[in-house]
Amino acid sequence: MREPLKSENDLCWGGKKREYPADVKRWLQVMAERGWTAPTWPECYGGGGLSKARAKVLAEEMARLGLRPALFGVALTMIGPLLLQEGSEEQKRRHIPAIVRGERLWCQGYSEPGAGSDLASLQTGAVADGDDFILNGQKIWTSLADKADWMFLLARTDPQAKKGEGITFLLMDMESAGVTVRPIKLIAGNSHFCETFFTDVRVPRENVVGRINGGWSIAKALLGFERSAIGGMFKKERPEGDPLVALARRYIDASEKEIGDPMVRDRITRIRMDQKRLEFTLARTAENAKAGHKPGPESSILKYYGSELNMRRQELIQSILGPHALGWSGEGVDPREVRMTKEWLRSRGNSIEGGTSEIQLNIIAKRVLGLPE
Amino acid sequence: MSFVLSQEQRLLKQTAGDFVKSRSSLKRIRTLRDSADATGFSRDIWREMAELGWVGMLLPEDDGGSALGYMDLMMVMEELGRGLMPEPMLSTTLLGANAVLLGGSEAQRRELLPAIARGELLVALAYQEPSGRFDPHTVQTTAEPSGRGWKLRGEKCLVLDGHVADRILVSARTSGSIADRHGVTLFLIDPREHGVLVNRQMLVDSRIVASIRLSDVAVDESAIVGEPENGGNLLEAILDRATAGLCAEMLGAMSAAFEMTLEYLKTRKQFGVAIGTFQALKHRAAILYTEIELARSAVMGMNQALDEARPGASALVSVAKVSCSDAFLLAANEGVQMHGGIGMTDEHDIGFFLKRARAAEMTFGDAAWHRRRYAELEGY
Ligand SMILES: Cc1cc2nc3c(=O)[nH]c(=O)nc-3n(C[C@H](O)[C@H](O)[C@H](O)COP(=O)(O)OP(=O)(O)OC[C@H]3O[C@@H](n4cnc5c(N)ncnc54)[C@H](O)[C@@H]3O)c2cc1C
Repeated sequence: MREPLKSENDLCWGGKKREYPADVKRWLQVMAERGWTAPTWPECYGGGGLSKARAKVLAEEMARLGLRPALFGVALTMIGPLLLQEGSEEQKRRHIPAIVRGERLWCQGYSEPGAGSDLASLQTGAVADGDDFILNGQKIWTSLADKADWMFLLARTDPQAKKGEGITFLLMDMESAGVTVRPIKLIAGNSHFCETFFTDVRVPRENVVGRINGGWSIAKALLGFERSAIGGMFKKERPEGDPLVALARRYIDASEKEIGDPMVRDRITRIRMDQKRLEFTLARTAENAKAGHKPGPESSILKYYGSELNMRRQELIQSILGPHALGWSGEGVDPREVRMTKEWLRSRGNSIEGGTSEIQLNIIAKRVLGLPE
Repeated sequence: MSFVLSQEQRLLKQTAGDFVKSRSSLKRIRTLRDSADATGFSRDIWREMAELGWVGMLLPEDDGGSALGYMDLMMVMEELGRGLMPEPMLSTTLLGANAVLLGGSEAQRRELLPAIARGELLVALAYQEPSGRFDPHTVQTTAEPSGRGWKLRGEKCLVLDGHVADRILVSARTSGSIADRHGVTLFLIDPREHGVLVNRQMLVDSRIVASIRLSDVAVDESAIVGEPENGGNLLEAILDRATAGLCAEMLGAMSAAFEMTLEYLKTRKQFGVAIGTFQALKHRAAILYTEIELARSAVMGMNQALDEARPGASALVSVAKVSCSDAFLLAANEGVQMHGGIGMTDEHDIGFFLKRARAAEMTFGDAAWHRRRYAELEGY
């Protein structure tokens, strides 16, 4: 598990529907046994039970050895932390150990065709019926819905109430009757997200997280976890070193000294400096959280800045590749170059997913700066 | 690594903040400018700052200091920056004292440092020359052997607080050609010496500097600070540290400008509503906030590296200076724009921040210069 990743597909997202190479599965098993797929989660639910400080040591040690984490995905970064904070005891027992073992891949059923940035206007309905809710409606942009075992979703349970007040947060087994999933092809050519349709899907009441009609505050708590997760994704201190300089030497000039094109050299410097300040800001946020201070306002900028920075980085890589950025398929086209081009295309979604950049700026203006509505 | 302020640091920041509020105001800064005050700052306030232990903050206790680090200094500099305080911290504490601390002989340290810490001695560093822009290695001023000592000849510019300094450190070429790293030596001179002409100038931000002409100024061996010929490296070490102090000052000033603007966004009404309700302004305010927070992280990261004497510290100084230069200018430019017409008036304070942003950007290397330096340090 020390080889550099070749693509997102080499990462283990867990779940029953996806096949992974034997070494990936073995690594997951070894790590999960110690609870080290979720090092800071409580031991009683299968987690590692480590303090934040010790978890950091573990992460550093793994990075030093060039070991990749055994498990990725929204189960670990979003729904797991949310259930630990807001879930019932029975929900924790049922889901957390399975998440630690990587048995369940989760997807997020928030967005709908008519409800994106204005999420609270969602229309998918859930009507109480005995011990169940009956779910009808549609979600869209549901990442990995076709591979997922479970979905957490938002549904309207009181159509009469004001926008944010009639929403309930539900957990749903993707095997339930009446769930259909249709993959959507992305600009990068792969199918990463889906449309998900619900026709009279039965969801047991025990799968309500928080209160019925009290789902909006739960939804927002989860969005907080999502923002930190996306912000944190761009931390990667790459063990192989910054690829920008190496790429410039490969595609612009091979000299071991100063990069010949001063414009490219300057753009590389801007990205590297901005990456450094982002890393310092991430460390600052983490240390403040560890010291027990409430998440400072600095955490609100991470999603916005992290995604914008990654997008600038991908733009620069395209500039460095020059004409080599254009190949898509066929003989003589270098697959490494195609991968970089696809990564650039994928990166355009960074400022859309998890709340657009415009929405992040709205949040900073309102919650941090207190600017009037 | 710690980005979390200690109890002592928070207390220091509080003390510094209270001090600035009670002893100074932007009105004082305005009066200093309008009265064409010869000194350009208050000697009384400077003495008080020395009593509080800030002037000798970075010096070891043996030298009369309090042996604190750059993260501690940040607490004070940031608050001084908020108030645009012109007292000579940059020249004396960060350039002068550091030069003696890093390069001085035992005798020089004993003679100068305790007096500096007591606020009794002002020391300036004359390293910049008219042809060199920001490069400390471009040195045309010469030092030629003469008798048992040296004769200095040349011109220096933009010497911070050079008009009042009791001693001036001068970089002079003892060998090599104009921009060579090697062959520069630092000399400590007394401005009252024969052949020293100190010319007082006021800058755009109303701070005072001096241009200095040296006409065969005679000094002896004991005037040399640091290793002869190797003054280039010493200068870099001094300038790194001074830049760290300047960055913290800039951080305070940009925060103050931002808060002033934010307040205006909440109170100024047009079209029947506060202008802060307009999304075009909200988003720009949020972006500006983001830039300031990133600059803060950069300054903290740099201070840790300096305090722990980490090898990559110089590169991080450049990261911080670029961050602070860009963010301060953005805060000042946006500040003027969001104030509308009143922002253009001399009567309003926001203009003071705009001018300070420009001057601070150009002090110890602007953003473009530091990006180039960073690339060199990182080997690409
Ligand atoms: C790669 C990717 C993965 C995703 N995965 C998931 C997932 O797993 N689950 C899920 O539920 N959703 C997912 N999404 C959906 C994502 O959360 C939404 O696309 C996003 O919230 C924006 O909603 P929208 O697409 O309807 O755009 P809209 O809300 O229609 O926005 C269109 C444009 O208008 C701007 N805009 C909207 N409102 C405002 C405002 N108030 N002020 C200023 N500008 C505004 C937006 O910023 C945007 O530029 C994913 C999206 C992407 C790109």
